[in-house]
Amino acid sequence: MTRILATLPILIALMVGGFFLWGLNPDRDPNAIPSVLISQQVPEFDLAPVAGVNIPGLARADLTGNPGPVVVNVFASWCVPCRAEHAVLTRMVERNSVRLMGINYKDKPEDALAWLDELGNPYERIGSDLNGRAGIEWGISGVPETFIVSGAGTVLYRYVGPVVGPEAEAEFSTALAEARAAKAPRT
Amino acid sequence: MIPEIGQFALALALMIAVVQSILPILGAAHGNLLWMRSARASSVAQFVFIGIAFLALMRSFIVSDFTVVNVVENSHSLKPMLYKVAGTWGSHEGSLLLWVLILATFGAGVALLGSNIPDALKARTLSVQAWISTGFLSFLILTSNPFERVFPPPLDGNDLNPLLQDVGLAMHPPLLYFGYVGFSIVFSFAVAALIEGRVDAAWARWVRPWTLAAWMSLTAGIALGSWWAYYELGWGGWWFWDPVENVSFMPWLLGTALLHSAIVTEKRDAFKSWTILLAILTFSLSLLGTFIVRSGLLTSVHAFAVDPERGLYILGLLGVSIGGSLGLYAWRAPAMEGGGLFAPISREAGLLVNNLLLGAATGTVLFGTLYPLFMEAVVGTKISVGPPFFNAAFIPMMLPLVVVMGFGPFLSWKRADLKGIFQRLRFVAVLAGLSGLAVWYLTEGGPVLAYLSVAIAVWLLLATLREWTTRIRLFEVPFGDAMRRARNMPRSSHGMTLAHAGLAVAMLGFIGSSAWKSEEIVFVQPGAEIAIAGFDVRFDGVERVQGPNYVADRGTLTVTRDEEPVTILFPERRFYPVAQSSTTESAIRSTLAGDLYASLAEPASEDTAASGAWTLRILYEPLVNFIWIGAAMLVLGGGLSLSDRRLRVGVPRRAITPAAQATPAE
Amino acid sequence: MIRKTLFATLILFILPFAVAAVEPDEILDDPVLEARARDISQDLRCVVCQNENIDSSNAGVARDLRLLVRERLIAGDTNQQALDFIQARYGDYVLLKPPFQPSTYALWLAPGVFLLFGIGVCILVLSRARTRRPNEALSDSEESAVAELLAQENRSDP
Repeated sequence: MTRILATLPILIALMVGGFFLWGLNPDRDPNAIPSVLISQQVPEFDLAPVAGVNIPGLARADLTGNPGPVVVNVFASWCVPCRAEHAVLTRMVERNSVRLMGINYKDKPEDALAWLDELGNPYERIGSDLNGRAGIEWGISGVPETFIVSGAGTVLYRYVGPVVGPEAEAEFSTALAEARAAKAPRT
Repeated sequence: MIPEIGQFALALALMIAVVQSILPILGAAHGNLLWMRSARASSVAQFVFIGIAFLALMRSFIVSDFTVVNVVENSHSLKPMLYKVAGTWGSHEGSLLLWVLILATFGAGVALLGSNIPDALKARTLSVQAWISTGFLSFLILTSNPFERVFPPPLDGNDLNPLLQDVGLAMHPPLLYFGYVGFSIVFSFAVAALIEGRVDAAWARWVRPWTLAAWMSLTAGIALGSWWAYYELGWGGWWFWDPVENVSFMPWLLGTALLHSAIVTEKRDAFKSWTILLAILTFSLSLLGTFIVRSGLLTSVHAFAVDPERGLYILGLLGVSIGGSLGLYAWRAPAMEGGGLFAPISREAGLLVNNLLLGAATGTVLFGTLYPLFMEAVVGTKISVGPPFFNAAFIPMMLPLVVVMGFGPFLSWKRADLKGIFQRLRFVAVLAGLSGLAVWYLTEGGPVLAYLSVAIAVWLLLATLREWTTRIRLFEVPFGDAMRRARNMPRSSHGMTLAHAGLAVAMLGFIGSSAWKSEEIVFVQPGAEIAIAGFDVRFDGVERVQGPNYVADRGTLTVTRDEEPVTILFPERRFYPVAQSSTTESAIRSTLAGDLYASLAEPASEDTAASGAWTLRILYEPLVNFIWIGAAMLVLGGGLSLSDRRLRVGVPRRAITPAAQATPAE
Repeated sequence: MIRKTLFATLILFILPFAVAAVEPDEILDDPVLEARARDISQDLRCVVCQNENIDSSNAGVARDLRLLVRERLIAGDTNQQALDFIQARYGDYVLLKPPFQPSTYALWLAPGVFLLFGIGVCILVLSRARTRRPNEALSDSEESAVAELLAQENRSDP
């Protein structure tokens, strides 16, 4: 009995040590928060277009019943990394025929308009989320965030932060390719 | 040149540590007195060389030597001198240097002051201490060189994080580390005892002063840290159950348990293997703290030098030291049973309950802190374990502990007369209950737990005082006689009384400031008045002032009570242009009854700033200063106990008994 | 590593409206509802911060969540419903008080288990001490002599 009790501390310490070793894995980001939306239906939201931009707004209905996956990007003109990401998204739309939807998060319409005029508009639809409420429905923690939604309206993937740089772009493209491959068996 | 001297001194210290790791312990095994005694010189030399390195780094900070990367990253030529000095330990590298310096300080302390400790035990202890030194010195030199140069040197530095430019926080790390790392020597003593296979009353007495010194510093360090959070972060809170706070709190909890269990080992020759285990675990938790703070394993508000590779190195050190010592424990401890017998109602049993509750509480805090990591590894989901969990789990364990603390000092060794104690404490219990009711009658809207806790805190305070008066027979014999008795009693017993009373006082502070805090958050134009907790606070506007390395918006608040002027408060928001960040300097009017606490929030926009309207946060925190007064009493109580002459010149010698001789000496 | 730096830079930019924690314009007129809102806010973790609750956080998202909590309360939600509403969007991660569910049974039961385990060990120690306890109390010197003998015996027989 005494021997068992005396051995207990080292066993517990070794177990905890194992967890630490796992936790130090450099690929693990302790700040990353998993989205609850993954493999859920897109949340309920309905956003008006950005005033002055002549493309329609965005609502849940626009994300269900599409023939293939679409990309939903949350952006704002005040967000500096979004500027870099804009180029990447534009390239994806032009080269890979990605369907890109935008949620303009807490942005003054005139600022958003100027931003799009300057950089070009790769978005098919943009909803103006003035009070950030749709952002909460999507569970976003900051801008930019990018989601891949299946044709049927299931959220398949979420990327936090700008999809910029070879590493991020490769990760995103892989997710997109998977989404496209998986679209076939639609029930 | 000077930084190179520092670096060279570190390398020398490492070499000495390596020698000290081997020679004395070999000497102890072979009975070579010369080898054993080499530990004395090498411990002191280690201390001197690490001290030289530390001073070299400090000098680089003082003269703002921007050829040293560490100075560039953490200092600025315009920074006030105090913070230049404090910058020495403001970074990962510098604080680690402080860490090894304290490690060496305790080693040298035992080498120089522990003249009554037998050569073999001392040699083994100092060798074990050198193992730890070797590990951390090599970590410092290989991965975190504080003396790295940069060429060409930049014109000026990046400044120390302004949040950390504060007197309280400048002193917080040295005290905290002194506590944390001080437990290393207790750990070394424990490992040496395991190697010798012998723990007895004398061992417990040799270890006690070091445990006390470490515990006092840790108490002071934690209290200072929470005080800093209270006035600097501008939220008015003093404890947030953040992982980094928890990792400093766990060694404190277990160290407290160790102090108490070591008493049983010293007085009754019991709880031996338990005391050894506590000594090992207390320092292990300190190491764990160092690991968690520096590896970025858990998310915390106190982000600090996050680097997974360094984390891996420390984890290796942890594995060797904790794994090794606990392995040794598993092997050797079962042979250490035995000791004095005692009844279920006795001082031993009381201290057992103390250890049980402190141990379970430590386990709970540890488990709660690491649970998100466990969940992420096993299930793959992320959860948060925050203050609501810790409060719900921790408080119910502490309340019974405090109740038992009231009885504890009355219990006699071996077998106590509970009925007699009840009789003596009847009056105290009634008073405590009444005070709970009185507070309930006088206040409104506190949780039931708060009233219960008030009663329990009052119980502890009065029971502690009652025990003290019983001991010196105050009111029974003439006053002069009682005072003479008090003078003749060992100081450690007064220390115990003071520390226990200190906990009761601190507890009143915890309860008062969390259950009856009032808060007003207002957006006001100059001239507006805010009423809070009986005070009237008039906002007189904000002006811009220039500090040494910052600019500040300083608000003026005139506080009156019943038309009588009370004070004028100047809360500030400082902006540090070099570090590009701002801090909140709250203004506090402190009284024993409570703090009136005001802070300025950032202006919502440029427009509102121009209009002169600001957001003010005004808090009234009743009794909050009791927390720090109580903490000071805990530290002073420890100090009184430490100054006890039995610990200084008591020369505890090991009785040569047949049992002792029968033990193989390795 | 790159991602981490990016994330850090990102944090710098996503907070254009960074303001103080709880702002006057958020505060509800009804003091009871406001107090409930403050309570709930203290149990919700700010998703962009390093371990802070939304009540004390300056982040924009934290402010949105505070407003949302207040809206839910005005709409007649109970505290639990308001928490559930946020949890449904941000997951268990935002709850500083983890829900009692299979994955957290271990966490919530741990304090009790630790205590029971400790009590078990204590009882073991005490009962051993009791069985070894002689009927009549011995004097101190006798006691230590006995202890010594017992210790010797324990050493010699394993």
